[in-house]
Amino acid sequence: MATHDEALPKSPNSDYEHYYVPAQSKWPIIATIGMLTTMYGLGTWFNDLKAARPESHGPLIFSIGGLLVAYMLFGWFSAVIKESRQGLYSTQMDRSFRWGMSWFIFSEVMFFIAFFGALFYVRAWAGPWLGGEGAKGVAHMLWPNFEYTWPLLHTPDPTLFPPPKDVIDPWHLPLINTILLVSSSVTVTLAHHALRHGKRGALKAWLGLTILLGVCFLALQVTEYVEAYHELGLTLGSGIYGATFFMLTGFHGAHVTIGTLILAVMLLRIMKGHFDEKQHFGFEAASWYWHFVDVVWVGLFIFVYVL
Amino acid sequence: MSAVIEPGHAGHTDHHHDHGHHGPAKGLMRWVLTTNHKDIGTMYLWFSFAMFLIGGSFAMVIRAELFQPGLQIVEPAFFNQMTTMHGLVMVFGAVMPAFVGLANWMIPLMVGAPDMALPRMNNFSFWLLPAAFGLLISTLFTAGGGPNFGWTFYAPLSTTYAPESVTFFIFAIHLMGISSIMGAINVIATILNLRAPGMTLMKMPLFVWTWLITAFLLIAVMPVLAGCVTMMLMDIHFGTSFFSAAGGGDPVLFQHVFWFFGHPEVYIMILPAFGAVSSIIPAFSRKPLFGYTSMVYATASIAFLSFIVWAHHMFVVGIPLVGELFFMYATLLIAVPTGVKVFNWVTTMWQGSLTFETPMLFAVAFVILFTIGGFSGLMLAIAPADFQYHDTYFVVAHFHYVLVPGAIFGIFASAYYWLPKWTGHMYDETLGKLHFWLSFVGMNMAFFPMHFVGLAGMPRRIPDYNLQFADFNMVSSIGAFSFGATQFLFLFIVIKCIRGGKPAPAKPWDGADGLEWTIPSPAPYHTFTTPPEVK
Repeated sequence: MATHDEALPKSPNSDYEHYYVPAQSKWPIIATIGMLTTMYGLGTWFNDLKAARPESHGPLIFSIGGLLVAYMLFGWFSAVIKESRQGLYSTQMDRSFRWGMSWFIFSEVMFFIAFFGALFYVRAWAGPWLGGEGAKGVAHMLWPNFEYTWPLLHTPDPTLFPPPKDVIDPWHLPLINTILLVSSSVTVTLAHHALRHGKRGALKAWLGLTILLGVCFLALQVTEYVEAYHELGLTLGSGIYGATFFMLTGFHGAHVTIGTLILAVMLLRIMKGHFDEKQHFGFEAASWYWHFVDVVWVGLFIFVYVL
Repeated sequence: MSAVIEPGHAGHTDHHHDHGHHGPAKGLMRWVLTTNHKDIGTMYLWFSFAMFLIGGSFAMVIRAELFQPGLQIVEPAFFNQMTTMHGLVMVFGAVMPAFVGLANWMIPLMVGAPDMALPRMNNFSFWLLPAAFGLLISTLFTAGGGPNFGWTFYAPLSTTYAPESVTFFIFAIHLMGISSIMGAINVIATILNLRAPGMTLMKMPLFVWTWLITAFLLIAVMPVLAGCVTMMLMDIHFGTSFFSAAGGGDPVLFQHVFWFFGHPEVYIMILPAFGAVSSIIPAFSRKPLFGYTSMVYATASIAFLSFIVWAHHMFVVGIPLVGELFFMYATLLIAVPTGVKVFNWVTTMWQGSLTFETPMLFAVAFVILFTIGGFSGLMLAIAPADFQYHDTYFVVAHFHYVLVPGAIFGIFASAYYWLPKWTGHMYDETLGKLHFWLSFVGMNMAFFPMHFVGLAGMPRRIPDYNLQFADFNMVSSIGAFSFGATQFLFLFIVIKCIRGGKPAPAKPWDGADGLEWTIPSPAPYHTFTTPPEVK
């Protein structure tokens, strides 16, 4: 268990803070087993689907792994929260958490950059070349009838990748979603201000509103996906436009979902009286994450929907 | 100095209080649940060595098949799995975890920190690796066989034409990536936040500097690799067309994304070795490192340049002329900071009181042989010349010269240098030197002839070859077998050193410098619970 019999933030014999080093922990190994099980199950499931094998153990193995991961998340985070509330974490520890969260968000940014990079590469180079323009326009010989446009309403091989009839109009749902998400970044900042000034009522209201905006965003995103699939024929399989569209908005949506869950946990903790004016890094980390998903959305709105 | 660590009461000479601090727990669970940076470092190093032997055994299969022309030992399909798995296991399983192991052991000792900044996450980073490699290697035993598309897994070989095991390969890469990112975050947080008072950035040992920069590279590019394999997963299972021109995508896109990861990755595998060698050469030259500041800036420059050279791996795939020129010149620029480093190492030795214990032998060989790998890299960087060399054994010779006497000799040098600190015993110097010379001869015999067959046109990743290449290939195979067998000697030396030997003093190397030598050997289970004062 992640406990330690002694760990004072300040050691009495020294001028230096005592850095908390937990003795032993069962959570990492549970996390490892959980993630391995989840991924093995998912891989089995995908392969069985693709090979059209009727009976697959994949979903079962995946679910067991998922439950283990959920158990680990509850356990690990509650251990950390307990330690934090026991006052085991010094200001130096707090800085470790800040560095950790910052670099984690940087890694997430780089993950999105891979997909944005794919989008830019296709639009700036690969697409025009396939259409016969530019330095490598000789690629046009592959599909001589293909004309490159963006959005890509004609794919080189429409039997393999049937193109969409149309794409999502940025000035309806996506615009509303932009307003929702940008407002939610404002509300979470207002919640932070309220927390710093000890106004618990305002904190709960602003944070609750942020979560509500996040949920509304997700609901509209689902509506948009339904419209894309059923009315526009815009799917994962409708060529590179659909691929980049769903990859970018889908991973962003997954991150909004995670962010909303994190904020909801923060609200629950605030209801239980956690955090004070000075010490509330858990809340701050959640708001950093939320700002990050917001910034990614602005990038998406401009480069995926509008341009 | 305490020779034995007693549970619950580690020998502390450097701190004022140790109330309640634990020694290691007993039994297997000590290793499974541990949060101690030394335990985790040890596990990383042993895991890396196990992967080195497994990846090496795959190489032995390759060299056995190539011992003579014609097909005699394995099916071509299995040969492909061997080349793929050899690369993946060595890169992600042997070299990277070895450096993370060294980082775990040494960075807290070098900066005067009580442990890594986030100890539980540290344990998580380690245990994900056996999970990932268990998943990856187990695919070799499945009906469709393991991954067979080369360690660079170019689409569409790895998508449209891939075996079923590619799905597990993708998830294994995800697990390794998560492990690397968490490990790197831990390293950065430790270096930026847990340095002892007075340990300013420009006083840090170069190993710490190079790891700080390596960790940055890891966090920057491992997510891109994750994105790359995720696009593969989507293409394979969900009908997207990222890497299929029929849907408007491009297989060349795969190569861009992969090498945007892949080129910084090769520096991830060498920068920590640069750092270690920059500690070892001064120690055995009994002189301070020449040009410390320029070493730091050179490392940072190499890291920056690593992000703008990726397409030099793609000169023949069909990129615009402007691209060929840009990536050629940017790549050639890397020779400048690398040259600064080699110059500094040589100048450190200049007029020093040199002795050649095993760590120094490996370090000097590192400087010479890595430079040979660097020069063949310059040849490959020249786009028109690369049209000739591309996908030949010349490329194989080049990257084995930077990885074997580069990364792996760097790891061996580090292991011998710090073994006394880890175990409390001196290793057997005679056997260590024997290990060095056998490795040195075996490695050069294995890889030097590859330059010749490569220049003459022998393609890589093919199980058969033209008769004219027969003699050189036989020499290569004999060299590879002897290099491989020699590594069991290393295993023996390490076990012998753990079990006993001449007791090591706190500072076994008279020219060595750094906080790690101020604590007893073996290092107590907990060190620097109160930070030391650095002047």
